[in-house]
Amino acid sequence: MNDREQIINAIAANQPAFSPSPATHFSAGDQEGLASQFADTLTAIGGVVFIVDSLADIHQHIKDNTSAEHRVISRIGGIAGYSEDIDTTLSPHSLQDVEIAVLKAHFGVAENGAVWLTEELMGNRVLPFICQHLMIALYMKDIVANMHKAYERIGSNSYGFGAFIAGPSKTADIEQSLVMGAHGPKTMTVFLIRS
Amino acid sequence: MKVGLFIPCYVDQFYPGAAIATLQLLEKLGVDVSYPKNQTCCGQPMANSGFAHLTGGCDKLFTENFRHFDYIVAPSGSCVLHIKEHLHSNEYADDAASIRNKIYELSAFLTDILQVESLPSRFPSRFPFKVGVHQSCHGQRGLYLSQMSELVAPGFSKPGKLLNMVEGIDIVPLNRPDECCGFGGTFCVAEEAVSVKMGKDRVEDHLSHGAEYITGVDMSCLMHMEGILRRQGSKVKVIHLAEILNSYQ
Amino acid sequence: MSTETKDHAALADDFNKDEDRVDWHDETLWWIRQKRDKAVNKLPDWELLRATASAIKNNVLSNLSAYLQEFEAKAQNNGIIVHWAADAKTHNKIVLDLLNAKGIKQMVKSKSMLTEECHLNEYLENNNIEVIDSDLGERIVQLAKEPPSHIVLPCIHKKKEEIGELFHLHLGTDKGNSDPQYLTETARQHLRNIFITRRAALTGVNFAIAETGEFVVCTNEGNADMGAHLADIHIASMGIEKIIPERKHLGVFLRLLTRSATGQPITTYSSHYSKPRDGKEIHIIIVDNGRSKQLGRADFRNSLKCIRCGACMNTCPVYRRSGGHSYHNAISGPIGAILAPNLDMEKFADLPFASTLCGSCSNVCPVKIDIHQQLYKWRQVIVQNGYAPAAKKAAMKLMSITLSSPFLYHTSGKAGRLVLRFAPFAVNNRFNPWFKQRDMPAPPNQSFGEWYAKNR
Repeated sequence: MNDREQIINAIAANQPAFSPSPATHFSAGDQEGLASQFADTLTAIGGVVFIVDSLADIHQHIKDNTSAEHRVISRIGGIAGYSEDIDTTLSPHSLQDVEIAVLKAHFGVAENGAVWLTEELMGNRVLPFICQHLMIALYMKDIVANMHKAYERIGSNSYGFGAFIAGPSKTADIEQSLVMGAHGPKTMTVFLIRS
Repeated sequence: MKVGLFIPCYVDQFYPGAAIATLQLLEKLGVDVSYPKNQTCCGQPMANSGFAHLTGGCDKLFTENFRHFDYIVAPSGSCVLHIKEHLHSNEYADDAASIRNKIYELSAFLTDILQVESLPSRFPSRFPFKVGVHQSCHGQRGLYLSQMSELVAPGFSKPGKLLNMVEGIDIVPLNRPDECCGFGGTFCVAEEAVSVKMGKDRVEDHLSHGAEYITGVDMSCLMHMEGILRRQGSKVKVIHLAEILNSYQ
Repeated sequence: MSTETKDHAALADDFNKDEDRVDWHDETLWWIRQKRDKAVNKLPDWELLRATASAIKNNVLSNLSAYLQEFEAKAQNNGIIVHWAADAKTHNKIVLDLLNAKGIKQMVKSKSMLTEECHLNEYLENNNIEVIDSDLGERIVQLAKEPPSHIVLPCIHKKKEEIGELFHLHLGTDKGNSDPQYLTETARQHLRNIFITRRAALTGVNFAIAETGEFVVCTNEGNADMGAHLADIHIASMGIEKIIPERKHLGVFLRLLTRSATGQPITTYSSHYSKPRDGKEIHIIIVDNGRSKQLGRADFRNSLKCIRCGACMNTCPVYRRSGGHSYHNAISGPIGAILAPNLDMEKFADLPFASTLCGSCSNVCPVKIDIHQQLYKWRQVIVQNGYAPAAKKAAMKLMSITLSSPFLYHTSGKAGRLVLRFAPFAVNNRFNPWFKQRDMPAPPNQSFGEWYAKNR
């Protein structure tokens, strides 16, 4: 008998009588002011939030706050003379010197400040992790109250890789002192776009 | 209503004052209470040490002593919890089951069964001191005598409600309102270092808030903390909840 | 560090030799417990969430064989390669074979308590594979050649000065500099180079979804993702109990996990791995290693509901004052104490006794494991299996006889009041451990029983 059969047989023999899966109905949470709840929560966990009117505002913000020698990858449309786009065939290792990645998120979650991105929005799976600074474009209308609503929205969509990202990479492993920029981005900025 | 008074073994042997106060308190409240003289121990010291299989004698004795009462009341959360969770008797199976349901820790009996809403209307009670309240774990988390800080739920406290009826009492706040004192039965000797450290920390919380007395529903926790207080040469005293409710100072 | 011959009490005694350090350890963990309280009190649905998570896990345990096979089929469909390992040895062998097949000699690993349980690092090193732990805390204990002392906070027992010294020795930081920001930045640079150059990455698994075949890994640092997305081969090790039935159940568990663990509303990264990158591989190793046996123990099976948040450790007054290493097991604290005896009852016979049964652990548990009740039950099982010390057996026997007889009780009580020989807390009288740091109660003139006979 191989390990697979051995394990499955042992489990089948030892598992208790069937216990049904429970209902998962939870209050939808405060539907008012989702954008401000999102902004407050993300700020509290180390993120930065700007409210803007359009993608062009984001481009301008990046131009105003970075210098031209920095490698900027934008997945929300090119910034003339500033950013490059990438395709999925690029080696992830070639992204190690990316200073800023600008990505669009599917939606945000008000209760925890997280944004949901799947692979196609990232361009390359490693990009939101390997860049020094992560910038996210999120339409205000695309904020849900909590994680139950988040998974309702994801539904049965298929993806190769997806992630909730909530704030900059961080650690508190040294005496519980919070330090931003453990391995991933040192900052995370979300641009909330008025719809 | 006939009430059987269950006095845990260590209270009987070392803290008769707490037992007398419990008896007098119940008598003042008009309860028909009596003390079966053949009682010994609930069996918890063995059971919590892994020797539950040796508690048959205690269980039998307990059932024989208390099966004829309407209620059983004890000045201890821990022993009551043990009986509620573990009393079994092959000989008197129904009686044991019934005892498990009708045994009460004192503050729960006063609050839930006698529904005491004010003490002065029944008898005078005065204790003009600063008092720290120790929540014993078995009373609190086992018998739900008060709300537990871990849960997201409305607060309440049966011992606290009773103490607030006492004239002149000043209950001090604590940094950790329901941390364990470290007694833990045989834990107190088997894990001496941690037990003592827990006790020292618990005592310090009360002392730093100016408590003159530390009270609670379990003499075992109080005995442990008293041992530490006395070793430190502290003047702060431990006192059972029943003794405060029963005093006029 | 030799922990083989010492039990929890002895190791805790060592830990308590430095009281300031105990205070520091206790306060640090209590602070995390307070952060947890603050976070959970923001959710009015908290207790409903716990009850729901518990019920989902009950459903998982009752249907685990089917869910595992469903997960396997879906994962394979997604292009993931699935392996099964009945024990630690097989798990380690699978990892080694995968690396050898690709001629890989170096691997980067993010946090996985399962690989700690399997002693994977040791095994791979003995087979000439270098493993570097990428979680900062794990890297620190790895440099110190120590096991993690906490499942979420691996180096919570270490002071920053000690970490500064370690980094000075191994990573060339300035001597005497223990600024966390500086040390973390150094580790970032050091590990970035590791991530870029490693062709194999191993991660743990927080949740594996039967419905979709995907699995979720949660980190704050982003180290699992840095490893996995840069490697040719991603190996994910999971215990059989990591399964949850549906994707939507993640909504429940991700709300509970990090609030319970650290008081954060969610980890920085909750990564959902469904398919490998083009031309790359994802392997999942599904490990039993005693779990199916625990599933068969009716009193203890629900310990398998654990989602490894560590809340029971942070709240445990004993853990806080004895340190994780005193549990001499990969998983320490209350949850470790109910999992370990299943693996080796003799070696871990002491752990269920390292508790006052205060019950705080069960109250913070996000999946409502009755931890303190299981500690009580393990004590019975351990004694029944003959792992109680002989002196304790004799003392308990004597106590049982005394307490079963009103006559013996009253006689020995009279004598006992003088020397406290009888008291439950003084049965273990080797060196009178009560008296070492505590005074005895003042013996009264008469017992209550004697008073009652005279006065009523």
